[in-house]
Amino acid sequence: MGLKAVQESSKDSTFGFNPVQKKLGNKYDWLLFMGPAMILVAVFFITPVIIVFIISFTDMSSLTGFSNWSWIGFDNWIKIFTHPQSGQHIKVTVIYVFFTLIFFNVGLALLLAILSTHIPKAAGFAFRALWLVPRITPVVVYIMMWRYLMADSPYGIFNELFFRPLGFETSEMVAAHPYIAIILVNGFIGASFGMIIFTSAIESISRDMMNASLVDGANILQRIKYIIIPQIRWPLMFVTTFQTLSLITSFEQIMILTDGAYGTEVWSLWAYHKGLNNYFGQFQWGFGMALAGILVVISIAFCIAYLKFFKFSDMIQEPKIETL
Amino acid sequence: MIVNSKIRTFPWGKVIPFAILLIFSIPLILGIYWVVISTFSVSTRGLIPVDSAGNPGGLTLANWSFLKDPEVWKLTWNTFVLATTLTLGVLLVSSMAGYALARINFKGRKSFLGSTMVLQAFPATTLLIATYFVLRFISGVPLISIFGYDTLGGVILVSISTQLPLGIWLMKGFFDVIPWDLERAALIDGCSRWRTFRQILLPQIRPGIAALSIFSFITGWSSFLIPYSFMTNQDTAVISTYINRLMQETAPVNYSLVSAVGLFQLIPVILFFIFTQKYLLAIFAGGMKGGS
Repeated sequence: MGLKAVQESSKDSTFGFNPVQKKLGNKYDWLLFMGPAMILVAVFFITPVIIVFIISFTDMSSLTGFSNWSWIGFDNWIKIFTHPQSGQHIKVTVIYVFFTLIFFNVGLALLLAILSTHIPKAAGFAFRALWLVPRITPVVVYIMMWRYLMADSPYGIFNELFFRPLGFETSEMVAAHPYIAIILVNGFIGASFGMIIFTSAIESISRDMMNASLVDGANILQRIKYIIIPQIRWPLMFVTTFQTLSLITSFEQIMILTDGAYGTEVWSLWAYHKGLNNYFGQFQWGFGMALAGILVVISIAFCIAYLKFFKFSDMIQEPKIETL
Repeated sequence: MIVNSKIRTFPWGKVIPFAILLIFSIPLILGIYWVVISTFSVSTRGLIPVDSAGNPGGLTLANWSFLKDPEVWKLTWNTFVLATTLTLGVLLVSSMAGYALARINFKGRKSFLGSTMVLQAFPATTLLIATYFVLRFISGVPLISIFGYDTLGGVILVSISTQLPLGIWLMKGFFDVIPWDLERAALIDGCSRWRTFRQILLPQIRPGIAALSIFSFITGWSSFLIPYSFMTNQDTAVISTYINRLMQETAPVNYSLVSAVGLFQLIPVILFFIFTQKYLLAIFAGGMKGGS
């Protein structure tokens, strides 16, 4: 059918039609196609961003309800700086983001990518598939697995398999080392993102360059330092910034693992607890929105940086059909 | 070509990377192994199945008796409905928008494309509290209140929105590489945009549709945070929230039961993954929205 249409149209033009001048479709067609997406983006992205900032200037909470609230200016925002717990939340957020990022989301990701491209192809693929499993596993199942891995003897796998036979003291590891626990749990999911991006970057380094380094007698460490790292510096920067933002704002895994116990309530989880979900059902929407507002501001700043530094706007092409 | 490593007798260059990879993968391998083993055990000590007295043995199918519980099948149905409607919604909305962005020149096209790209990086979780207010508002409006707070409809709409930036970007990419001749001919012949889209272009991007479907289905099937946040009164709404409730119980957690339900939820995902790795890797490499 398609082919016929082409033939017919070319016949048309030989009879003097000029296809370029003929208006293609209806002027408002784009609205039909863009409509649903625009509505959803407006309702679930733009409106919430506006709501965050509006409500952060009110004292709205479960005490005031939705009708008895009043404007309180910058009080919520000032409260963030004077709140006795702010320091603790900032501390755990910084530790969590920094170490997960360095050791796992970038460090381990790079290691996995380099190593899995230096072993036979099938084996490398199998390892990468294994590392994707945490990402596709339903998060509750994944956390359940970790809770059991780190449980105390006689149940926990790490304790039973490694610590007890070697004569170390056993413990409930999540309670004993809560920071390590949240870093491990997030890191094992996070590593796969960088792993995949780095892998495709390494595989696109030209064979000639890799072989040349071998002929010159470079060992694998020298090759990593002088060839691989310089060649993939853009993906490295992209993964680092992208994952920093993801880590600052993600709390799902921590919520299921500890729900903020043992001093692991990161900033985003604090906001979530204050504003949407807590044990007592006491919501401070105004204050919670201010806490979330800080994250929104950080996110917007990161997004602007992407547009600027990674030249995302260069990737926007002109539509093909209209320009011809 | 003579390469150094080929002269050596023992391939250390291959064995050492392999060994390091294996060591780092130990927690994953042990964890996955345990999930499978424990579902068939009364209890486990480390990786060893034991009976109720703590002696090795104690293999049982009792943990799977939850499959006889009609409640679980209701949850499974809910989860399935969430995953399939999410998939259909994401496909429909993002293929339409992707088409317009790839093929139609309209005012605001560039800025929408730019914002789509930026929204991919924008963490939707920061907006959850505010989304709660949006859903509360929708609840109060007649006709659309089925998409409000505490409804499956609301959860589906919010989930579709969070998937949209990736979906639109992906679909646009697939439309971009289709030659425009066919479509142009159809349009010149007076075929409407909608018909051109549906009958000529959609069949051309089948791989893209497949990839996005798989990805969306897995996302919907596994999703936790959005159902958990916006269906608080029905804690049992989907399998994820059900497992979470089992795990948070104050009484000693029956890990064998929890992992059986967990494995039940994981099986479709793993099957999908095994048969469609290539599609999925393409998506992950193309533009992935990371939880962490």
